[in-house]
This record gives sequence, C-alpha cells and structure tokens, in this order.
Amino acid sequence: MRVGVIRFPGSNCDRDVHHVLELAGAEPEYVWWNQRNLDHLDAVVIPGGFSYGDYLRAGAIAAITPVMDAVRELVREEKPVLGICNGAQILAEVGLVPGVFTVNEHPKFNCQWTELRVKTTRTPFTGLFKKDEVIRMPVAHAEGRYYHDNISEVWENDQVVLQFHGENPNGSLDGITGVCDESGLVCAVMPHPERASEEILGSVDGFKFFRGILKFRG
Amino acid sequence: MVLTDSEMEFIRKELGRDPNPLEYGMLDVMFSEHCSYKSSRPVLGLFPTEGEDVIIGPGDDAGVVEITDELALVIGIESHNHPSAIEPYGGAGTGIGGILRDIISMGAMPVALLDSLRFGYLEDQKSRYLFEHVVRGISDYGNRVGVPTVAGEVEFDENFQLNPLVNVMCAGLVPKNDIKRGIAPRPGDVFLLMGGRTGRDGIHGVTFASEELTSSSELEDRPAVQVGDPFTKKMVMEASFEIMDEIEVSGVKDLGGGGLTCCISELVAKCDNGARVSLEAIPLREEGMTPYEIMLSESQERMIFVMAPDDVEAAMEICRKYELPAAVIGEVTDTGRMIVESEGEVIADLPAKLLADPPVVEREARKPQLPEGQVEVKHPPLKDTLLKLISSPNIASKRWVYRQYDHEVQIRTVVKPGDDAAVLRVDGTTGVALTVDCNSIHTKLDPYGGGAASVGEAIRNVVSMGAWPVCIVDCLNFGNPEKPEVFWQFRECVRGMADMAETFSTPVISGNVSFYNETEGVTVNPSPVVGVAGKLSLDSIKTLDFKDEGEEIVVIGETGPELGASEYLRTVHGIVDGKPPETDLKAEFEAAKAVKEIIDGSGNKVTAVHDCSAGGIAVAVAEMAIKSGIGARIDPMKIPGRFRNIHEALFSESNGRYIMTVRGSARDILGGLDVPWAVIGTTGGRTLEFGDVALDISELDDAYHGVIEAYMST
Repeated sequence: MRVGVIRFPGSNCDRDVHHVLELAGAEPEYVWWNQRNLDHLDAVVIPGGFSYGDYLRAGAIAAITPVMDAVRELVREEKPVLGICNGAQILAEVGLVPGVFTVNEHPKFNCQWTELRVKTTRTPFTGLFKKDEVIRMPVAHAEGRYYHDNISEVWENDQVVLQFHGENPNGSLDGITGVCDESGLVCAVMPHPERASEEILGSVDGFKFFRGILKFRG
Repeated sequence: MVLTDSEMEFIRKELGRDPNPLEYGMLDVMFSEHCSYKSSRPVLGLFPTEGEDVIIGPGDDAGVVEITDELALVIGIESHNHPSAIEPYGGAGTGIGGILRDIISMGAMPVALLDSLRFGYLEDQKSRYLFEHVVRGISDYGNRVGVPTVAGEVEFDENFQLNPLVNVMCAGLVPKNDIKRGIAPRPGDVFLLMGGRTGRDGIHGVTFASEELTSSSELEDRPAVQVGDPFTKKMVMEASFEIMDEIEVSGVKDLGGGGLTCCISELVAKCDNGARVSLEAIPLREEGMTPYEIMLSESQERMIFVMAPDDVEAAMEICRKYELPAAVIGEVTDTGRMIVESEGEVIADLPAKLLADPPVVEREARKPQLPEGQVEVKHPPLKDTLLKLISSPNIASKRWVYRQYDHEVQIRTVVKPGDDAAVLRVDGTTGVALTVDCNSIHTKLDPYGGGAASVGEAIRNVVSMGAWPVCIVDCLNFGNPEKPEVFWQFRECVRGMADMAETFSTPVISGNVSFYNETEGVTVNPSPVVGVAGKLSLDSIKTLDFKDEGEEIVVIGETGPELGASEYLRTVHGIVDGKPPETDLKAEFEAAKAVKEIIDGSGNKVTAVHDCSAGGIAVAVAEMAIKSGIGARIDPMKIPGRFRNIHEALFSESNGRYIMTVRGSARDILGGLDVPWAVIGTTGGRTLEFGDVALDISELDDAYHGVIEAYMST
C-alpha cells in the first residue's frame, strides 16, 4: 500500500510519520509541495511541523499549494487522508474538515501527553479502536483550540473523532481535538499518533491510526 | 574596538605596514576574545581531550565521539548572553541557530537541544521580561526547526539580573563515514555561500560580546544583535543535508561570530591555505553595504561549502529547490593569504593565520578572599524549611518552561524533561543520556571545588539514568578576565573541572568561553555550565519517581556538616556564603561506579535512582515522592555521615551522593559495595515523613507546582 507523506517547506514530523508507516507495513513515500498528481497513491498523510514557518496563520500558505489540489482530487476518489497537527490545521484551512484550530486558550506553545476519548470508529484511522476507548497521545502546538459556530451539527453528523478526556489543555470547544469530513475518510487530529506508536516512547495507542489505513484497504 | 596597543604593534610587525580600515576591522573581530580565545586558550589546555572513542576533539565547530559501531554523536555548546540581555527573544533564538549550524557543519542531524538559563529573581519585572522572552525565543526557534528541546536547567539569583546567562547545547547524530570538517584542503576548490542573504545585522556582535555591558547597551548595541529566521534555517538544514548527501564536499563551515572573515580564514588556515573572496558575488539583503559591513556582518542562516568547481551546478540546483540564495564567492588558494577583492581590486590582503590564530594574552591571576568556615544560622522548623525550599523557583517544577518546547519531535525522546537527564534512543538498543548542569554558588565560593562539583553533578545526572559518561562539553561564563580576581576564578575553576574529568577518564571534546559577563559593576557568579552525554542500554533506563510501596530507600555516599553555599542558605536565610562542600574526586568516582554496577548487575531490582544535589537529601526524596504520588518514611539519623543536626543531614549538598530504591532486600543487592551506603527508609503511604515530621504528598505537590506560573502572567 503506497502512502504519501506530504512535505512542505517547514514540515518537521515527515520523517517520524514515514518511519511509523514503515513499521505498520505500508510503503511510504515523500511528496513535495509542488506535485500536482497523486493518482498512484492509496492514501496520504499530512504531517506536523511549521509549514512556511506558520507565517500569517498556521496552515494558511500550505493551503494554497498545488499539492492540496491533488489532495482534493484524492478525496474525490475516496482515498483516506490524515492530517496531524499542522496537517490538521491545513485540512481545516482548506475546508476539507469542519471548524478551525486557533490560538490556544493559554496562548503559548504547549507540549504534553494527554488522555483522549475516541468518539467515532467509522474513519479508516480509528477503525481499530472501540468507541469511547480512552487512549494516550501527546500534543504539541500553539494553535490547536478547536472552534465551530454550530458545534451540535458536528456532533450530529458523527464528525468528532477525538475528544480530550479529563484535562482540556488548549480550551477546545467541547474538548474536541480531532474531526473528520462527512464521509469519515478525511481526518484531522491535533495529537500526534506517530509519537505514540512504539512501546519505548510511552504508548502504542497511536499505532492503530496507521495500521488502520492498511486494514481499510483490506 | 578592542585591539590593544601591543596587538597593533604585533600586527604592524607581521604586515610590515599599517592595516587599512577594512583590514583593521577584520583583525579587530578575529582578535576579539570571542573569536580568538586569547585569554582562555592557555588555561583550556588543562582539559583532558583524548579518549579511544573521540573522533574529533576541541578546535572544530563541535566535538565528535563514537556512540555505536555505525554512529557518532556530535555535540557542542554555546552562550548567547550579551545578545539575550539586549534583545531576549532574538538573542536566544539566534543562540540556537548558531549551535545548530555547528552540528550541521559536522554533517550531523541535530537531534536534541538543551538549555541552561540564569536570570535575576522573578520578583523583578525586568527579570521576568528577560525570562519570558528568552524562553519564547528558544521555543519559537527550536520548535520551528524541528529539533526537540529535551532538558535544561534554570537558576534565579540577584547577580544575573542585568546580565542573564543563556547557554544552549546541541547533540547530533551522523554515520561515522559521513563526518564533515571545517577545512579547505584543496587549492582550486571554491566557496559556495548559501542560505540567508548578508545584511547589516550583527556587525560587531563578537566585539560587543567581548566587552562589559552598560546601561546604554540596550540602545547602542541593538544593531550588533543578529536577526534569526527559523523557517529559513529549516530550509538551510534540509538543503545542507541534501548537498552533503549528493556531493563530495571537502569542507563545511557555518557563519557565526565574525561572519565571512572568521569562517573563511579559519577554513583555510587549518590547512595552511589561502583564500580569494570576491565581494560582488555575495548575495546581499540591502543596497549600499560597504566592504567592511559585508565582511563583518553576522547575518544568520548562512553556510559555506567547499567543493570542486565541477560540483557547483548540482549544489546550486538543490539550493534552488529550497529557494535559497547561493553563490560561488571565491576560491581556495595555496598562498596562505586571505585576499578580498572588489571590482577587480585587492582591498584586503592579510595572512590567513594572523586572522585565525592571534597571539595569546597572559593574564594576571590573583586569589580573592574566600570563605573558610561555615555560616552559623538558627534553623527554622523542618516542615516550613522543606516547603519553602521546594517552592523556591530554583527548585520547583520547571514545567512552565519545558511545556513550551516540543520535546517529542523526531520520536527519540524516551525520558522526557523533568528527570535528572533526558534519554534519547540512538538505535534499537542504545540510548544516550543528556544533561546540562552547573553550580554557580559553589563555584563563586570555591572556584576549584565548584568547577569539579559542576562536572561531578552533571555526571551524576547521567549515571542516575543508568548511563556512563562518554564525553563532556563546557560553557564557561565569567566576568572580565582583565581583572586578576576573575582570571584566578576562571583558572581555578577549569583546573577543578579538568581534574574531575580526568578522574572519570571522560574527555572534554568541545566548549565555549563567555567572558565580560559584567554589567554596571555587577559580575555574574562564575558559571561553568557542563554538558555530559552518557551511553546506556535502552533496557536499563532508570527514572527518579518511586515505583511501588514498601521498597527500601538507599543513600549512597557520605553526608557532611556542609550547609555552606547551599540552596538552603540562599532560599531560607538569604545567605550566599560559607565554605562549599568538600570535593573528593575519588569518592565521586567510586560512588558513580558503584551505582552503575548495581544497575547493570541487579537489573530491574533497582527501581528508581536520583542524583542528590541542590537542596540535599530532603529535596531529592521529596521530588521522588511528588513525581510518583507515593509517600515515604525516612529516618534522618540513618543517613551515613558526620552531620551535627537534622538540618545538616537533610539539606547539606555534599558531593558524590545518590538516592535509590530497590525491590527486595537492599542488603542482598548492595551488600558487597565498597562505598558508604545505608537504608534510610521505606516507600509507601500518602505522606512523606522525616522522623516525626510528616507532610502530605498533596501539600508537597501544591508547593512544588505552579510556582513559576504564579510569577508569569501567561
């Protein structure tokens, strides 16, 4: 299974995601921001980092790159797309998932481990969890506070993927920190599953996100 | 301007003429303390620098040691004190930028940053401002370039109020066959300058770092502070690795202090070569820059690659991919002279060696008055004392700081911030423990002992994780070396550090000296910041939190009646005085060796290990309890040593001590040891008890957490 790992200038979790995809048994390959055709790929991950230095607003410049048009095309072909951290901000910026990730309530960068509740298992990335399962993954961001004008709609459409369990470290609305599009194939999560994919790093909960991609295609 | 009359005389003799204004500027920069180490070089020779694992010792951009059969660890440390005092956000950020470039120059991927910070007390508004923005500068820069900040230390004391200390250490990894050097060995090769454009920032950065600060420095010296750009740095980093992967470069060097003048003269002087530089070729950020400004600019995010002319096009292609300006700006010659040309005319012509190797300066050293005995104080009740200590910003949790740093990126961080040292995985079985530490009070009151103890303490940090030290780096922050008392402090401190390093047979492979840390008559406490890397097996990592109830708590090493120079005296009594604890080199080594042997020999029977330092045994045990939520009952009278009362037993900062918990009988596990040790208590319950004094864990937890947060608005 070929999974693209998109690289923007300033991406910095690209190698980490590549490494974990390999562990999961996928064939990851890097995709540079100016590529216009991703037809050969079965899925795509947009990793975290500071694309274009987060200048202007996190994800704002990455959102207007050619590769994001190619990602939209993949979505039309019903292939899974996962955005992690800065990748999640980019997916929200281009409107592939509902709502926005904005400046933390405590307006500083915050790196810590969090407990999360898996709210839907219908996405390819959360299919290996049980609904409402509590898992551990770290967050690391300055702009991760989730907000949506009509939050009940997001809940009603079963688009909430992850919710903070216990402490809500960035002030997200309803503690929401992962959402998907209506189909469930496009998923945007602020916590880092690739940082919780090996026992030695403190948790393997995140590994299911990547194994889930493979499982999805059977 | 720092050239002295005797230096001018030396230069005239070497040249047979007066230098022209451009040449004067270039020499002025290279003769500065910052670039030349002219005061410190003779003293730094005391450090042991060799060892079987050492691949590159001091003298290059960073030191290199073997860490596995395939990989080498590259490590360096740098100060950015003066820039951070003037412009804390930019100063701290460019400090990181500089040390990252040093690691990249060796061909290595930076994998960890550590920072050692010193500020005035947080009650003071200016100190809060500096602290807030230095941390933000590190956070914004380190996070953006994708290098985790994994550990560090912070100290607050009045003497750092106007002259904060900002030291940054960086570690990198590189396959042993891919190590690069800062050399230009082949005449005919060209210099490819890439990365940021050259602008007017940072001119005289190094000369301003080689003078004392004054109250007007904040206004006058702002142009000497460079402007950092972490986004460009990330591009420079990625492009550099691609160039080094695809092209056989003969040398690499970053542009830091002293700009092009320093970089090129050092590259060629190392190989007895010369250089010809063409000013017109240098990509500039602004128009109308003079040759003087171009040659002295310390603009950030620039690298020079030395390569054959045939390889230039391939390198330029990579720079275009990352949208980075790049240009061939000159060539390596065999003349031994550094020649700068503009519009076909030679405008500077100096021996490269005169620039790169200025003569050393003999400084006078005079011993100042130092305390000989102990300070007698009236000890307040134990419970209040302990609560006051653990709620002092110097001891309390530094979470406010490290949560602002991405300490997880690159997925190597096995032990995260908040323990004695960070542990990073190197491959599937090997880890490296990294720490940075310093005891400035001990060093002020006994420079030799404090220097030795600072090395000892940093080594204890990595040994506590289950590692054994493989190398040391140092960042020596002192006052004005032209003052004999300061120079004596410096010399004695280095002597102490060298003796401790020698005792452990651990080489000092890289370092940095920052003199002139004086502002408006206040000299900072001498601060020998020590970084240590230790090697360990990933299956024998130890952490400091208690693991279970009913485990025996062991102290290894002796406790003396040694409250002098302690955190207890500073925090509880407001006194920075008294004779610091004895430094027994052999005892420090024997204790470390014993701990390492027990960990290796007893496997998971050793459940927690913690270094015992600032705040003594009481603080160390409290930290183990707070971090785990498990209480303990301690009998202070069982602590091995010669103290006169319970405060001396619990708060003395005697060297060479560790605290450990074990599963099963301590006698069975430690019985054969040839070092002083004793069981001092047992873990369990929800209270921490010292004799008949009991504290709830929740009470300790409340005192220890939220301290710095309460001072800072956000």
